[in-house]
Formats: sequence, C-alpha cells, structure tokens
Amino acid sequence: MAETQDGATRRDFIHVASGTMGAVGAACVAWPLIHQMNPAADTLALASTEFDLSGVEEGMTVTIVWRGKPVFVRHRTAKEIEEAAAVDVNELRDPQADSDRTTKPAMLILVGVCTHLGCVPLGQKATDPRGDWGGWFCPCHGSHYDTSGRIRKGPAPANLQVPPHEYISDTVVRIG
Amino acid sequence: MSGPNFSNSVVRWIDHRLPVFTFMHHEMHEYPTPKNLNYWWNFGSLAGIVLVILIVTGIVLAMHYTPHVDYAFQSVERIMRDVNYGWLIRYIHANGASFFFIVVYIHIFRGMYYGSYKAPRELLWILGVVILLLMMATAFMGYVLPWGQMSFWGATVITNLFSVIPIVGDWIVTLLWGGFSVDNPTLNRFFSLHFLLPFVIVGVVVLHIVALHRFGSNNPLGIDVRGKQDSIPFHPYYTIKDMFGLGVFLTIFAAVVFFLPNAMGHADNYIPANPLVTPAHIVPEWYFLPFYAILRAIPDKLMGVLAMFAAIGVLFILPWLDRSPIRSGTFRPLFKIFFWLLLADCVMLTYLGGKPPEGVYVILSRLGTLYYFFHFLILLPGLSIFETPKPLPRSISQPVLGSGAGPVTAEKENS
Repeated sequence: MAETQDGATRRDFIHVASGTMGAVGAACVAWPLIHQMNPAADTLALASTEFDLSGVEEGMTVTIVWRGKPVFVRHRTAKEIEEAAAVDVNELRDPQADSDRTTKPAMLILVGVCTHLGCVPLGQKATDPRGDWGGWFCPCHGSHYDTSGRIRKGPAPANLQVPPHEYISDTVVRIG
Repeated sequence: MSGPNFSNSVVRWIDHRLPVFTFMHHEMHEYPTPKNLNYWWNFGSLAGIVLVILIVTGIVLAMHYTPHVDYAFQSVERIMRDVNYGWLIRYIHANGASFFFIVVYIHIFRGMYYGSYKAPRELLWILGVVILLLMMATAFMGYVLPWGQMSFWGATVITNLFSVIPIVGDWIVTLLWGGFSVDNPTLNRFFSLHFLLPFVIVGVVVLHIVALHRFGSNNPLGIDVRGKQDSIPFHPYYTIKDMFGLGVFLTIFAAVVFFLPNAMGHADNYIPANPLVTPAHIVPEWYFLPFYAILRAIPDKLMGVLAMFAAIGVLFILPWLDRSPIRSGTFRPLFKIFFWLLLADCVMLTYLGGKPPEGVYVILSRLGTLYYFFHFLILLPGLSIFETPKPLPRSISQPVLGSGAGPVTAEKENS
C-alpha cells in the first residue's frame, strides 16, 4: 500500500474523508429533525397582539394573553407612580428606574410571569394579596414586587419583565 | 468466555461488566458470512434501516399530529405548511412506507429465488412473513391518520372485511370501529396502534436476526458454508457493501421525496374525509394492490376475503410446499422459469388491482389469482418430484476458483 513519509496511507485518507462526509451528512439530516421542535410558522405569526387601553380606568388592572402568557396592564394611580419613582434605584436587587419601565407613566405593562420559576403572581384582583410593596405577590415561593413590578423581597432574581411594546395610536398598544 | 482483546481500557472495563462489545464483535466481526453474496442480499439490512427512518420520522410527526376527526386533517396540513421542515419529514415518512414495501418485496422474492426458506431456515422465513403482516397492518392504519377521503373510505372498506366472519363478524366490526361507523374512536385507536406496531416489528426483527445468525445467511449457490475458505467476516466486508447499497438506495429515495413526493399517493386524500360521499374510484396504496386484485377477482364476499388472506397465508407453509432439496433457483431450470412467471403474475395483479373491476380486468384478475395459487399449491410440490436439478458445485469456493479449488488458496486471495 502506498505510504507517505509520515506513515499515512491512501487508505487512511479515504477513511478520514468518508468519515467526514458521513458526519456532514448526518448533521444535515439531524438539523430538520431538531428544528421541527422550534416554533412553527403559525405559532410565530401569533407572536404579537394588539390591545385597546381606552377601557382601562385609573386604578384598574387587566390581564391579557400574549404568546400564551399573561400580560398585566395596570393603570396606576398617582400615588402608585410616586411610590415607584421615589425608590432609590441602587437599593434594588435588579436596579432599574420606574421611568425606564414604562412608555406612558400611568400605564404599566408587564409579563405576568414570576422571574423565579414561572408562576403567575397575585395582585390583579382587588382582593388579591399584593405583597409588602403594593405591587404583586407570587404565592409559589413568596416573591414581592412593587408598583413598578420590581423584585423587592423573596427568591426571584429579576424584575417582572416589560414586554416590547409600542403605542400604534393614543389608546391602542401593540405588544410583541 | 475468551472474548476479543480490546485496546481501549474504557472499552475493556465496560466489556468486562457488560459484554456489549464482545457481543458486537461476535455478531459482526467473527460472524462468518458466505463470501459469494450478491447485491440482492443488501435488502435485509436496507429494510432494517428504512424501519429506523420510519420510526424516527414517525415519532417527530406524532409531536405535531392531532388524532381527532375535527383536527387530524388540519394538523397534517399544518405539518406541511407551518412546522419547520414538516413537509420534508412527512414526505420521508409517507414515501418511506412505500420504499419499505419495495425493499421488503425484493427481499422476499430474493428469498424465494434462492430457496432461503428451506431447512434449517423455516422459522426465519415465517418470522419474516409475520413482519410482512405487521407492516401491512401498520401501513394501513398510518394511511388512515391524515383523515382524507382515501383514509376514511380505506378504513371503512378494510374494517368491513371482517364482517365476513360468520356469526361474530358484525360484532367484531363494531368493536374495531368503537361506534356505528368509522369515526373519532376509530381514528384514536388507529393512532395508538400505529405508534405501537412498529416497535412490535422491531421485536420480531430481532427474532428474525437471531434466527438468521443461528445458521448464517443463505447464498446464491444455496449450498452450505463448508469451512473458513467459504466465508468472510461480516464486518468490514458486508458492512461496506451494505453501506454502498444504502447510498444508492438513499439517492433514489431522496429523488422521490424531493421531486415526486406524491407520485405514489392519491390526490383524493387531500380532500378532507366526508362520511357521506365515497370517491368515484377507490384504490388502496400500491403495495396492497395484488391482494386487492385477488379480493375483487372472486365474486363471493366470504371467499374473496379468504382468498386475499390465503395469498399471504400460503407463504407461511411455503417451506413445506417446496420439497426440493436444492435451495438456489440457479440449479433448478424449471423452477427458475416459474419463479419469473410468478413475479410477472404478481406485477400483473398489482396493475389490475389499480384498475376498475370491470370487463377484461376482472377476467385477467381471475386468471392471475388462479395462477398465484396454482404456483404455490400445485406447481411447487410437483416440481420437487419431476424436476431434474443441475449438478451443484462442491463448495462455495469451487465456481470462483475453478474445479480443482481446495481450501488452501483462500489465504492467498484475502491478502
């Protein structure tokens, strides 16, 4: 068998070459089988939702569904906005100013999923416990959120997420 | 047990406790295989690979499919349009079923020509026929799942076959349906069974391979391996040959999946199931057509169904119908002619099964059916008495190496 100086044979080359081609082929076949588990086109098509805020009076909260998850919309009172703005940002676990979390200060829009392990916090109904800071309280593992949806106490590592949203008119917001 | 000596210490450690590597070495590397196998012997391992492809794509499809009469059709269309690569996976699965039958039918006719069903491989053959029956049941139920017009009416016709059973027939049909017609309960149980049966097939395939490895492969000469000079290790010689065949197969398979994905299907199955309207011309998938032709050839409900099942049933007793001690058709001048006639008959029945049951088609179907059973029940037992076979070679090596070939030359040939 033909050998080169370092002892490699033509057969070694064929083994490596065919093995490499086989690996490339296997990867090409594997990708469709894996990618099919990602969101399908019809799922992605539902990725944004529009909502008319005109019916949400001051002090009201509503829950809407976006990507299968609850989104909290709270029309905050002047007192709640003031409390949220008065907090020293540096004291927070996940420092973020209230003004960075809203487009319109009165309308707080949050993904209603606790950043700890994914439960839906209480606080949407008037009778719900709202935690020590008057925002939301997650009953699963006891996380307290303030009137800006920021984590103040409990195991959750981060503030309630603000979904990407924009106002497409004075009262209609598009989330996603 | 004196196992092989593995150089990798991790392999040695594992093998000492769980001898999977010894097992693989024994069944692949030491497993002596006749050195004269031709390409017709590729189709066994090919069938196994297609089965794996079907199971993998099937599990993926089950992640997106909804077995409910209101959603099944839409969920399949969603797989085709919205699921990432769903069209590819479904076309591989649907055409894979057709190719599974192509491969298995070739495998079966290979076995028939070379007498692979003869002693001591009768059980190996019978297990193969069991696999064929399971495949047919699985393919039929899989075809029902998209819940198109052909799905629905295929399910109706095939389940109604069981109504011919005396006394309990109607009771059994109701049991299969779970209602008064093919409906949601039927779809649900067909989905469940369509998921289960492939794994039953895997189990029978394992038994098929265990039985195969008891005496090893038959070969084109149909004579036994007489010693080391007649055989080569399965690995790497036949693994590489099987890989080459697989490459050719996958090329053809890919061409159909990408360029002719609906060539073997029926356009009517893209119409959602309608229990109130039967399509004008209903035919099963092509791989059922010869049996369908036999069913329609006989103008009596009970006899037609019996003949159809007997067409497969006769394969179970084939090892005892063909009593000739010569395995390979190569040395049986008369058998060889009739083998090709049988193959032509099966092709003709396949063609006729797809034609409307009228006029000359019915007459030809009857002749074809008659010849099919004539071949197995009269011709084969008769041939083993009247046929004079050609002389067999002394060993597998002899025709390759000339008449005087002895065992010694084999060493030189392999180096």
